[in-house]
Amino acid sequence: MADVTFEAGSIQAEKRSRGFWAFSDSMILIGRSLRHIFRSMDQLLAVVFQPIMFMLLFRYVFGGAIETQGSSYVNFLVPGILIQTAAFGATTTAIGVCNDLQRGIIDRFKSLPMLSSAVLTGHVVADLARNTVSSVVMILVGLIVGFRPTAGVAEWAAAFGVLMLFTLAFSWLSAILGMVAKTIEGVQWFSFVLIFPLTFASSAFVQPQTMPAALEAFARNQPISHIIEALRALLIGTPMGDHLLMSVVWCVGLLVVSVPLAGWLFRRHTSK
Amino acid sequence: MAKSSYAIVAKDLRKSYGKVDVLKGVNLKVERGTMLALLGPNGAGKTTTVRILATLLGHDGGTVTVDGYDVKTEANAVRSVIGLTGQYAAVDELLTGYENLVMMGRLYHLNKDASKRRADELLEQFDLVKAGSRVVKTYSGGMRRRLDLAISLIATPPIIFLDEPTTGLDPRSRLAMWDIIKRLMSAGATILLTTQYLEEADQLADKIAVIDGGKIIAEGTADELKQRVGKERLELVLIREKDFDKAKKVIDGDGMKFDAAKRTISVALDGGAKHLTKILGELDAAGVGVETLSLHKPTLDDVFLTLTGRQSSAEETNDEDEDNKDKGGKK
Repeated sequence: MADVTFEAGSIQAEKRSRGFWAFSDSMILIGRSLRHIFRSMDQLLAVVFQPIMFMLLFRYVFGGAIETQGSSYVNFLVPGILIQTAAFGATTTAIGVCNDLQRGIIDRFKSLPMLSSAVLTGHVVADLARNTVSSVVMILVGLIVGFRPTAGVAEWAAAFGVLMLFTLAFSWLSAILGMVAKTIEGVQWFSFVLIFPLTFASSAFVQPQTMPAALEAFARNQPISHIIEALRALLIGTPMGDHLLMSVVWCVGLLVVSVPLAGWLFRRHTSK
Repeated sequence: MAKSSYAIVAKDLRKSYGKVDVLKGVNLKVERGTMLALLGPNGAGKTTTVRILATLLGHDGGTVTVDGYDVKTEANAVRSVIGLTGQYAAVDELLTGYENLVMMGRLYHLNKDASKRRADELLEQFDLVKAGSRVVKTYSGGMRRRLDLAISLIATPPIIFLDEPTTGLDPRSRLAMWDIIKRLMSAGATILLTTQYLEEADQLADKIAVIDGGKIIAEGTADELKQRVGKERLELVLIREKDFDKAKKVIDGDGMKFDAAKRTISVALDGGAKHLTKILGELDAAGVGVETLSLHKPTLDDVFLTLTGRQSSAEETNDEDEDNKDKGGKK
């Protein structure tokens, strides 16, 4: 072992503004969370293979038994499955946050002169990146199995915007779950209970008019259906109605509540 | 601001969780460039104290300054002069050792070049060059601790907190860790170390504060404490029970203890080998057969027995100390 050539206090931190460091800290922790995607096998599988499996499952196994009016089932399916994947993908944030809080690493972050809530930003932004890749994979697979969108450049851009806004809102919500749930098992249970009904009792895989009346009312009006319908309108030209407006209202509303709440919970968690 | 000669000052530090008072008025002062060991059993309040000093935890009463900064109102200033190594290695499992170091350097607000340079230096100094490009998940316990300590030194903080840095390490890794800590001392750092091991505090620290039940119950140099605790003891097991009375007459020494049923005699030594040879010589001359003999250094238990009149409460601590006795004494 070489000598510990350590001179106490010999290296000084750079003097910059608070805003500069908040940005720098966030970028570094985003980089960390992005690296995690490539370092853990299950995340890679979730990003690439899970969307392919789901797409093929619904296209070829269930699809033949499901009637859709006005469009082919594969055209109907792709927008729905994009949102479902994004919703389940967002739970990775919950797992990441929960992991950080359980292990000693949060103490390390807390003992540094950094913006500690940048840890949350890191996980959320990594979620956006991961979901972008998943969505691209899914759309490519969709095209191969018969998805024929009618969208022009502007519609594609808008669809991407909606998808990202939704992922962002759900990732912040998911960050809250990660802090409330306390254990990884808790996170998985929480997200199952929350996301499973929201994505299946929606217009993602079947048209709501085929459901019992009460369920249909829920499926028509819950936020995920609005977002899926907005995506359908943009990609395959179904009627837009107020879906885009409602999507933006829901997502922005969710963000306005969940970002400050997540920040507050995080500070409370880390100062106990 | 003229800097005080104390790097760490805690006055009447109090902390409770609900109705449980964890710290009941802890007073500590650590002089610059020295090491204070906070010695105590599990649950005494060691980790709570360190977490408060390192700004991880708020306190309910008293004042704490680190490098002259108040931990409550100037937390970020405190954070830029301290390094912390906790009981559990605070490292990112999915990053490599090198990536961990650079990331923490950047979060310490060193620039990119300085972070990379320090990362390389530290990997070299902590014998982790080969492991530096592997993800931490593949590291052994000792390697993780070394990396953890290396990370807390990335910005050469003048004040370092080491919270039980050797708990759970095998003896070899423990010695390696001691070696590193000694080098930090000679590099001029101020260190607050917590430990359950008297031997560790003795080996490393300039001063020892004994904490129990949320209070400092004794403070001083290792020698001062040991004088209060008592000296090394010689324990003899006789071959024949009937030699007992003969042995009693022959041996002189402080605080002799006998246990006829176990055929053991325990006697405090005044430290010298001379005393030991004298006792053995006299026993031999009196025809008393000695089956085994062992030397016992004062342990944390002895400290507590003397200072509080009871055994240290934690079971684990007792087990560990038994191990130490075994290593330290038998011939």
